[in-house]
Amino acid sequence: MTLRIEIDNLAKHFGEIKAVDGVSFSVRKGEVLGFLGPNGAGKSTTMKMLTGFLTPTYGTARLCGFDVLQNPIEVKKNMGYLPEGAPAYAEMTPDSFLRFIADIRGLSGADKLRAVASAAERARIKQVMFQPIETLSKGYKRRVGLAQAILHNPPVLVLDEPTDGLDPNQKHEVRNLINEMAEDKAIIISTHILEEVHAICTRALVIANGKIKVDGTPTELEAMSRYYNAVSVKVVGVESEKVMALLNGLDKVSETELLPLDAGCRAYPVSGQAMVAELSQAIRSQGWEIATLHVEQGHLDEVFRNVTTDQAMQGAA
Amino acid sequence: MQNIWFIMKREFNGYFATPVAYVFIIIFLLLAGFSTFFVGNFFERGEADLYPFFSMHPWLYVLLIPAISMRLWSEERKTGSIELLMTLPISVFEAVLGKFLAAWAFTGLALLLSFPLWITVNYLGDPDNGVILAGYVGSLLMAGGFLAIGGCISALTKNQVIAFVLSLVVSLIFVLSGYGIVLDFFSGWAPKALVEAISSFSFLTHFDAISKGVIDMRDVFYFVSLIAIWLFANAIVVNSRKAD
Repeated sequence: MTLRIEIDNLAKHFGEIKAVDGVSFSVRKGEVLGFLGPNGAGKSTTMKMLTGFLTPTYGTARLCGFDVLQNPIEVKKNMGYLPEGAPAYAEMTPDSFLRFIADIRGLSGADKLRAVASAAERARIKQVMFQPIETLSKGYKRRVGLAQAILHNPPVLVLDEPTDGLDPNQKHEVRNLINEMAEDKAIIISTHILEEVHAICTRALVIANGKIKVDGTPTELEAMSRYYNAVSVKVVGVESEKVMALLNGLDKVSETELLPLDAGCRAYPVSGQAMVAELSQAIRSQGWEIATLHVEQGHLDEVFRNVTTDQAMQGAA
Repeated sequence: MQNIWFIMKREFNGYFATPVAYVFIIIFLLLAGFSTFFVGNFFERGEADLYPFFSMHPWLYVLLIPAISMRLWSEERKTGSIELLMTLPISVFEAVLGKFLAAWAFTGLALLLSFPLWITVNYLGDPDNGVILAGYVGSLLMAGGFLAIGGCISALTKNQVIAFVLSLVVSLIFVLSGYGIVLDFFSGWAPKALVEAISSFSFLTHFDAISKGVIDMRDVFYFVSLIAIWLFANAIVVNSRKAD
């Protein structure tokens, strides 16, 4: 069974509001799916339905082959879930909290102690194990929630904003942890931090207004950006306007623009194709000397904005 | 089944993680003692029993049990931990039962700590300890009834104060429906069957006999089925409102 998560035409309507409106996708073992979208797009609602907390208006979800409507207990056994905001029992210590989770997960004796110790180790919370959770910082609370989710080494992990509220070092650690676990699990993480997509996701899914807008690898997502394979160049001793005129004459260049602060100019390719070789050759054939030249990556935030704002939707309709 | 025990254990320990447990137990014992001696006239009656103690319990519970039951579910809903709990591999009934049993065990503990009264009455006279035991059993059953009502109501709201006030009012209705003044109000005009029906719903009617040492299975059945019905309703409410 390589398909660990199958979401089938899942929808949740709250009265007139279609929070999730017919979403289908699947995640296989080894995949880390980044679930992107603006606030209120339906990310958390989808996750709540997948984990059996919310009942869908229609559609269903299967996790490791178990249907969440027909067999919710089996679904819950096979997943670890970090809900939005990482709720926990504030008056408990991480130690007693994780022991409680281990009890419910059917672990006892040495297995239980080992699972608690290992989860604490991996989530880096060993130093706060005996302080009440309510006294912990936001970052530690989040990691206690993460420890709870990975405690029983589940085949599926559903993490709702796992790095929200963490400082850059903690984010780095959590991403490492997710990367470590990625190989033998299917993982869904929701985030609105776009840099995260490159750092951990093998696939990204953009959702807006309850519908899936884009489903592809991070690179495919970037390729949708107008900056993808664009080239910024500055030539020694030649006015940028002149360079632009030259570049505009090339077949692969669709348009050029002047960069501010005397940083040269940028050429955009026709339909995202690579053109740096032709471009540098053209410049050198003029006898000009290149001062700086670099190929742009796609800008994920631009893609994100384009697919999730109303304008793009009207364009697509 | 084991899950019920794990949930109960967690919930029970939760009471003692904050001063709430200690404050509750102390207030309960103070009020119980006060009402026994000053309202129930323990000494003046000159009888070696704990009837003055038990007869005040319905009123004590109306006031104090909602303070225990109010947090059962509304706190989970407010902090969002209900999402964690209900996505663990447990059923709603296990969660409802585990929480209820924790609150019941806690109330039982508070009740048990009134043992100095039992020692006192044994020191002063020669009471029928079987009657006293029956009183404790009846009181515990009645506490279970109040807790089941309060637990269900606490699942209706995220606000503990609302849960407290609503539970208090509903509990009061269940007690007052057997109180003389209320029954007199109905008996003037309502058919006898209705008056009896109203009275038969009252905690007072069913508790009174037990507290005098008469354990009638019908009274036990009343409390057990009342608890069952409210717990069932509790599960339905949790299921339908957990994500609101």
